[in-house]
Amino acid sequence: MSTRRDFLKGVLAGGAAATAAVVAEPAIARETKSRPPEALGLLYDATLCVGCKACVAACKQVNENPPEFSTLDHLWDTPLDTSAYTFNIIKMYRNGTMEVKDQEKDGYAFMKISCMHCADPSCVSACPVTAMTKDPVTGVVGYDPDRCIGCRYCVAACPFGIPKFQYDSPTGKIGKCELCRHRTKDGHYSACAEVCPTGATLYGKTADLLVEAKRRMALKPGSLMKIPRGKLGGVDQSYEGLVGKYLPHVYGEKEYGGTQVLKLSGVPFEKVGLPNLPEDAAAALSETIQHTLYGNLIMPFAVLGAMTYVAKRNVKPDDAPTDKEEG
Amino acid sequence: MANHQHAAPAPVGGSLLNPATLVCGVLVAIMLAVLVVRFFFGLGAVTNINDGYPWGIWVVFDVVIGSAFACGGFSVAMLVYIFNRGEYHPLVRPALLGSLFGYTLAGAGVLFDLGRWWNFWHIFAPGYINPTSVMFEVAACISLYILVMWVEFSPTFLEKMGKHDTKKKLNKVLFFFIALGTLLPMMHQSSLGTLLVVMGVQIHPLWATPLEPLLYLLTAITMGYAVVLFESCVASTAYRRKIEMQLLTPLSKVMLGFLAAYLVVRIGDVVVRGAIVRAFAVSLEALMFWLETACFVAPLFLIGTEAKRRDPARLFLSGILLMLGGALLRVNGFLIGYETGDGFNYFPALPELMVTVGIFALEVLGYIIITRRFPVLPREAASH
Repeated sequence: MSTRRDFLKGVLAGGAAATAAVVAEPAIARETKSRPPEALGLLYDATLCVGCKACVAACKQVNENPPEFSTLDHLWDTPLDTSAYTFNIIKMYRNGTMEVKDQEKDGYAFMKISCMHCADPSCVSACPVTAMTKDPVTGVVGYDPDRCIGCRYCVAACPFGIPKFQYDSPTGKIGKCELCRHRTKDGHYSACAEVCPTGATLYGKTADLLVEAKRRMALKPGSLMKIPRGKLGGVDQSYEGLVGKYLPHVYGEKEYGGTQVLKLSGVPFEKVGLPNLPEDAAAALSETIQHTLYGNLIMPFAVLGAMTYVAKRNVKPDDAPTDKEEG
Repeated sequence: MANHQHAAPAPVGGSLLNPATLVCGVLVAIMLAVLVVRFFFGLGAVTNINDGYPWGIWVVFDVVIGSAFACGGFSVAMLVYIFNRGEYHPLVRPALLGSLFGYTLAGAGVLFDLGRWWNFWHIFAPGYINPTSVMFEVAACISLYILVMWVEFSPTFLEKMGKHDTKKKLNKVLFFFIALGTLLPMMHQSSLGTLLVVMGVQIHPLWATPLEPLLYLLTAITMGYAVVLFESCVASTAYRRKIEMQLLTPLSKVMLGFLAAYLVVRIGDVVVRGAIVRAFAVSLEALMFWLETACFVAPLFLIGTEAKRRDPARLFLSGILLMLGGALLRVNGFLIGYETGDGFNYFPALPELMVTVGIFALEVLGYIIITRRFPVLPREAASH
């Protein structure tokens, strides 16, 4: 007999296990990760940028990316945003009369958009086949097309909209800045920083870059300061320049547990295309949920055990009718 | 046991060539033509997906919603074998068939959408997998479930082929596959919701919650029952059979139970997180939230009493509303409430749409062929 008691037993065994699986306490909460101590990155100081886009051209060249056209004559590489063929771009902010540089009202400003190399990257957490990886030493977020299945979860996950896909190719890949990790063995570093004439984009260890950023912020706006160019701690290419009028915020210091690319600006970051992010990375919450439900597969096996036990009792041979029964 | 008196499943019979199968056939042919273009020229040639909306209807409709619609087999099997409600047994096979098609084609849909599909096997290769990825959990689990469902459904084919020995052997271990077939959908249906969590601030607060897995699981189960109501009504009309009201009426009560649980969690969550404030803004998101909520709430009034649950029209309508509500929850989370920055828009292209339509047509076609030729639906009483 299929009784109410059996039904309740089923509810207890199956239902309880299933409910526990979903709402259990996050016993192994995964904290937001922080940058590796030797993490490499960039410091972009918008007040030093003159918008020459030498970095955009250099990035194209060293990554062997084709030009992208947005003008009718198709003469110049004029990408309007980062794409799977443009890993770095300088965007412009303009307001009102555009009289004063790096001013929110009636001003204008530049912003470099490229991979932030997050301490706790969403794309790396999202990738099902480890095609997106974070180097344990340099912290560079790299991509391996030979592993990639093209699901584009990384594209959807990144809060900066950085990994991008080649929709125009039957064998499309993801394209993103990898901090020129392919050029370090020749003694090179990020091409964008190598070619930057004003030191607006500076390459180095993120820890040092953060100190440099804070040094600039502590100086009096309009006074003279020494401005390093190229690689911080590398060949001295510094010059004397003016201290910018900075907002009291190093973008990337704390966002999502910190990023390895840091930014200084005179115009609020949200106005120049950088999202307002919390200090806890979304990857940490996502992985906490996954670990809670699937840690060591304990929960799935417990539920499977309960289900198997109940199903074994309830699946009767006559549940699957035979011809004999039909006759 | 009560189910001794059930009519055994039998083929419906009849011609396979009719207007319905012809229309489906044409739609499937169109889909194949679009797919040829897609595989030679890339996703951009036939779809409108872009870097702001990297997932279009092939992911959101065919996989996320399609697999939830395909939860009928899971929901009914759980009721029959886990909660030991043998009286619903006649519903298992038809429900499982719908699920089998829904999931198999969702799996095929994934392959159409994968930009580097030839690497798909990496999902199962230990040297490649990333166990912290929600996508890994979803992909591996759905693939496994498709296999499990074919095993669960295989007695139907074995009966038809007269392989009774094999069927007997399979029956001895079938309970394990049924258990697995209950566990796996719980895992990936909840994970389909968890997919949104890593997208963080890009998801509108009305759909961004750590409770995502619970919401998606509860709605998947509810939608599973809703699909059974819908399917039973359509199959009865199309094949001019009696509607199994003695089963559907109590089944709809079970469905309302899951629906009530869902609504408590859903409403409680948006209120506790304070996101409910955003539902009163003048925005597309707010409108869609209320539309979604209305679809979930309406069945409480439509089939709230036993008398109303005896009305097939009300059951049918409630089934459709809950399928729509579940679909809206998913579209709202993945597309409407997903904001990746200025300058991006998405609306499916016609060829893109034709693939989704083609997949649906293939499901209907398969359902017709199999129910007409294999023992799936309960044998009709001799009075016909």
